[in-house]
Amino acid sequence: MARAAVPGRLAERLRWRVARLVSFVDETEAARTLVFDVPGWPGHLAGQHVDVRLTAEDGYTAQRSYSVASAPAGSQVALTVQRVADGEVSPYLADVLEVGDQIELRGPVGGWFVWRPEDPAPVLLVAGGSGIVPLMAMLRVRRAAGSRVPFRLVYSIRTPRDRYYQPELRHDDPGVDVTYLYTRTAAPGGGRPVGRISAADLQSAGWPADFEPACYVCGPTGFVEAAADLLVSLGHDPSRIRTERFGPTGG
Amino acid sequence: MTYELAERYEDGNALAGPLAEIFAVDITSATGRCTACGTTGPVAALRVYVHAPGMVARCAECDHVVLRLVRGPDSAWLDLRGTVSLRFPLPPAAD
Repeated sequence: MARAAVPGRLAERLRWRVARLVSFVDETEAARTLVFDVPGWPGHLAGQHVDVRLTAEDGYTAQRSYSVASAPAGSQVALTVQRVADGEVSPYLADVLEVGDQIELRGPVGGWFVWRPEDPAPVLLVAGGSGIVPLMAMLRVRRAAGSRVPFRLVYSIRTPRDRYYQPELRHDDPGVDVTYLYTRTAAPGGGRPVGRISAADLQSAGWPADFEPACYVCGPTGFVEAAADLLVSLGHDPSRIRTERFGPTGG
Repeated sequence: MTYELAERYEDGNALAGPLAEIFAVDITSATGRCTACGTTGPVAALRVYVHAPGMVARCAECDHVVLRLVRGPDSAWLDLRGTVSLRFPLPPAAD
């Protein structure tokens, strides 16, 4: 495990590994969390992702990147896959793959959009839709490490039914504040009118810029650019804002 | 639609896996400088177009092609013509 974070070890170079599905749970009508057993998994950092490769009987292969949703736990790796209607890979993973089935996976990869428990700065997580996945890994690693770093999560989704990771996110983690922003249909009794993320939302649910928080923004391209621009307009240092966009065709 | 075409990109984080086949350390954390406009920033923040043959990474500021990668069956072809330099964060040098 300790070898995972050491760069430059040629013996640990990236290679495809066989991953076997051990369980799954539906997060919403459109998204499923898949838990794989990956023998030899070297561990990962919160926010890293994996490449998944599917090979058809005729040898045709399709490859996609998915963020890891789980904190490191032995050889288990959880991914949350949102079904893209005309996608090649996501409908197979989310609808067809059964417990015991195998796919190929390599990783972990990516060292920029990561949170390390050693970083003492307060953290602002801004999620748009399925962009919650790597941010959930950060919350889970925070909990697993017993960290007391204060976190705030601002989570924008269309309707309450689109929330992932319920009830885990409803469970009160000391030091973690969660705010939902609904863009189409609000929860009953919610005070905020539906609408896209605004400077006022980030002002009330985020951190003041002079707290110098580490900001992580993940979601579709338009959401990420809007949220990052709002953070800069509120005075956050662009170098403290890390972004990860989901391509519109992730499928 | 032009608008859709212009929007069909991912970000430099998508380069992490393919480039990990080549580099010994994570390249998406490296800071690159664009040859066209001189902007510096993390490779993770480039705009990556994956619908070309291979991957084409463009500067988020000026759209100049910074990096191209094509993975063939028995080789990888990496074109860095739009990159002045890459600065990699590393732990202190070992003895």
